[in-house]
This record gives sequence, structure tokens and C-alpha cells, in this order.
Amino acid sequence: MHLTKDQVEGDFRRVHTHLPKDRDLTEPTQLLTEARGILREKFLAADIGVTGANFLVAETGTSIIVTNEGNGDLTQILPKCHIVIASIEKITPTLEDVSQLLRVLARSATGQEMSVYTTLSTGPRRPGDLDGPEEYHVVLLDNGRSSMIGTDFQHMLRCIRCGACMNHCPVYHAVGGHAYGWVYPGPMGAVLTPSLIGVEKGGQLPNASTFCGRCESVCPMRIPLPGMMRHWREREFERHLTPSSMRYGLGLWAWVAQRPKLYRLGTRIVMHVMGYYARKTGKFYAMPFASGWTDWRDLPAPQGKTFQSEWKKRRGAK
Amino acid sequence: MSARDEILSNIRRSLRVNGAEGPRRAAVEARLSGSPRGVVPARGQLDAKERIGLFKKMAESAFASVAIVQRPGEVPAEAARWLRDNNLPAALRMGEDKRLADMPWGDTALELAQGASDGRDLNAVSHAFAGVAESGTLIMTSGPDNPSTLNFLPDNHIVVLSGADLAGDYESVFERLREAYGKGVMPRTVNMITGPSRSADIAQTMLLGAHGPRKLHIVIVDAA
Ligand code: SF4
Repeated sequence: MHLTKDQVEGDFRRVHTHLPKDRDLTEPTQLLTEARGILREKFLAADIGVTGANFLVAETGTSIIVTNEGNGDLTQILPKCHIVIASIEKITPTLEDVSQLLRVLARSATGQEMSVYTTLSTGPRRPGDLDGPEEYHVVLLDNGRSSMIGTDFQHMLRCIRCGACMNHCPVYHAVGGHAYGWVYPGPMGAVLTPSLIGVEKGGQLPNASTFCGRCESVCPMRIPLPGMMRHWREREFERHLTPSSMRYGLGLWAWVAQRPKLYRLGTRIVMHVMGYYARKTGKFYAMPFASGWTDWRDLPAPQGKTFQSEWKKRRGAK
Repeated sequence: MSARDEILSNIRRSLRVNGAEGPRRAAVEARLSGSPRGVVPARGQLDAKERIGLFKKMAESAFASVAIVQRPGEVPAEAARWLRDNNLPAALRMGEDKRLADMPWGDTALELAQGASDGRDLNAVSHAFAGVAESGTLIMTSGPDNPSTLNFLPDNHIVVLSGADLAGDYESVFERLREAYGKGVMPRTVNMITGPSRSADIAQTMLLGAHGPRKLHIVIVDAA
């Protein structure tokens, strides 16, 4: 999903060396057909199929997977053994409860009424069955979930991984999924990752948000995502996990911002100086204390005036 | 202490309960035995005729094709027509389903094979357990009658659905499954299928025929 069509073609040519070299792979359909053929052989040859689960049903002991492709189905129907690995918050009481969740899952994920394949698996092959796995195992994982109960982050256990929050997130659009550095990207990852690997390691994620609130407004499970990111920021600050330069920097800024005259004077001087030094190019290629930014991209320079002085001038001209 | 006990006691500690509280146990018992319905969309709550119309519309918008015939006896001719119109070989694989077996396949020139698929068949026909009008979804149950591999391995899948088995919503189908198999008992696999297989993983373009069938044709037998 994160590769371009040409990258996929390159990878296919590199790995699938048993196929004719001069085959045409310019169209996405040709790539899909090749993937279908190669993976079909793998599915038919496999001894064990491992899937996750979108939901588990307590009433019937059923595991459910939802896909559009059918890959999860080949994984569980062809091998001798089907192993399901799912975390405990996937458990729903009854088939009626699952019906409710299925209705919102596809709509929120891709705008479909229903994903193509929703498969309910209950146990191994029955007497007389001609296909299906001979063994069926379900592994229930806690993986931090039980300790989220009763905390500010309990809401997150309702998440059905539909991805609506990511699809509407301006930060996710700008940086992409890999930038989140762990399993779960997007706003849902920004809340979940610190719960699972600790705020010491995942603390940057809840900070990388504009708090625009779109994620919460589209979440079908009504999970208050920005509120929980705020909780993480508070915890991080309380536990003194933010770097001291940032704490002191913010303290200094707050002190100055409370003194309007000083603030105006200070910003005027800084804007003037910055505008002067970058008067030719309009940007900085390097800047002391800001190499974290300028190592990767240019910093646009101010034009020499402050916002407040421009505002005054334009209002005065009216 | 086993991992299971550890997880359960962790949950109980977080909830500040001991697991033996009467009212909590009763609530769980009532939920599981009563299986109350939640919000069911009004869309599917129609009479039998309108349900078929809605099912057709929803299945077609998921890229399945739908034909309606009046008697089971007309199904083989419709299957043969569809294969011919799509330039597909005149061969079909099917399970042991009695309803399919009773149809006059001998009147067509189709070459028939029986049993599960090993991945080499191009076409298969199955009989659905039920359909859901709300989203144009087919409900398939596993077993020797309709082996689940037929739902996925052949390139082209024909599914026969009896108009009488067409429900408005998923909840009604689950209720029928309970009647057929018993409360808390399920067939090994229930496949809910809405249109042919697809993928949008390459260049964000939606393409049909990822790992399952490229084409899905639904024949509704509407005796009414
Ligand atoms: S947080 Fe909400 S919107 Fe995001 S994936 Fe989970 S359920 Fe979907």
C-alpha cells in the first residue's frame, strides 16, 4: 500500500525470477494477477495458517475476520491447522452485538456497506466436511489490555481498527503510516502506542497533533481521541519526561508572553534580525538550536516585521 | 497461576470486582441467553417482493451480477447462459447440495464435477443458506453440501439463493442459524459474501479478483 506501482513491479521482477523476463507488468491488473498466482501456490502448500481476528463471539466461541481480498480465507481454509491470535478486547457477547459492529466497520473503513468477506469460524473441520482445517486453535493475548481498564485510556479498548481517524487526520496525511514507528498509526496509534510500550518511548506521538478534533468526530465508537492525547501530554509533563530544554523554553516563553510590552519588543528584534540575515534567499539552510529542523528541510524566514505590527498597519490603513 | 487466571484477576482488580457478584453474573447470563438486538436499520424492513429488489440493488452496487428466475428448474439454463455470455468454459463444480442436485443440469451442455476445489476449477456453483437485503450479502454455511473452498478458489462463482431465505438484516439470519444448528452452535464456517473479491493495495486503484473469485453471479429463485 505504501509502495508505488513501479516499486511493486521492481520487487516482483527481482523475486519472481522463475517467470518470463519479458512479461508485461505495466498495469495494476497484471501485478494483481501475478500476486494472485504466486500467493495461491503458497496458500495451497502451507501446513499452518495464522490469522488475527476482527471480533470474537463469546456466545458461540467464534472468531471473525473481515477482508476484501479473501487472503484471510485462503489462510484458514487450505492449511491443516488454523491458529487465531487475538487480543482480549476483541471479545463481544453475542452475534447480535457483532452485527452492530460489522455495520459500522466497513462504512467507516472504506465507505462500503459491508466488506466483501466476513468469515465466522467455529472449531475445526466437522465429520463429513471435504475442506477446512483439521485443527483450530485460538490464542487470547492480554498484551497490556487488562491494565488499561479503569484508566483514562479504557475507551481505547472499544477501537475496532476501522482507520477512519487516520483517513481524516491531517498529520497522518502529511507524514504517512511509517512515521508512527510502531504497529498502530494515526490518532488511534498516538493514543494506543504509549499505553502499550510506555509513555517514555511513545510520548512523542500524542504531541504530534494539531488537536483539530476530526478523528473524534468520525470515530464510529465515539472514542475521545484528542482528550486522551491530552492526558498523555499531561502525564508526560508531570513525570518530567519532556526534555529540560523544552520545559525551560516553554517556561521562558510563558514568562515573556505574560508581559506584552516585552513580548512585542522581543519579537520585533528577533524578526528584524532573522529577516535581515535571510534577505536574499528568504530561507535558512542551517540555524543554531534548530538543526533538528534544518538538517532535513529549509526554514522559511520571516520578512522582517511582526504579525502585530502588520496588523496594526493594515487596520490603520482602512 | 495460569496466564488465564492472571489475566482474569487483573481484569477483576481493575474493575474492583471479585467475579462472584450475583447481579453481574445475572447480567452476563441474560445477555448471552436473550441475545437482544441493537439498532437495526429500517432499510431492510420490507415485504418479500421489495426485499428482493433491495438485495439486487445492493449486490449489484458491490459488483455482483444478479438474475431472478421463477422456478429451481430454470437455474441450470441461467447458469449456462451466464457462462456463455462471459466467454467462460462450460464446466461447473458443485457440492452435494440436494437442492442443486435436483435441478435439470442434464438439459444443459455443462460438464459437472462434484466435491471440494483444489484450486484448479474455473467455475463453481453453490447454494446459499440465506441472503441479507440490507447490504446485498450472501450467507454461506460450510459442509459437504457446499464446501467452503468453492466460495474462494474458482475464478467465477455462481450462487443460488432461494427468495424465501432472503432476510432484511443480519440479526434475522443469525436467529435462523440458531434454529437450524441450536443455540450457541455454529457450522464450522459461515461466509458472509458481498460481491466478488477485490483489492486496492496497488496504486490505490480498486481491482476485482484479488484472492477470491473475479466474478460473482447470484441467481435468485423467486417462486412468488
Ligand atoms: S479510534 Fe475510532 S476511528 Fe480510529 S480506528 Fe479506532 S474505532 Fe476507528
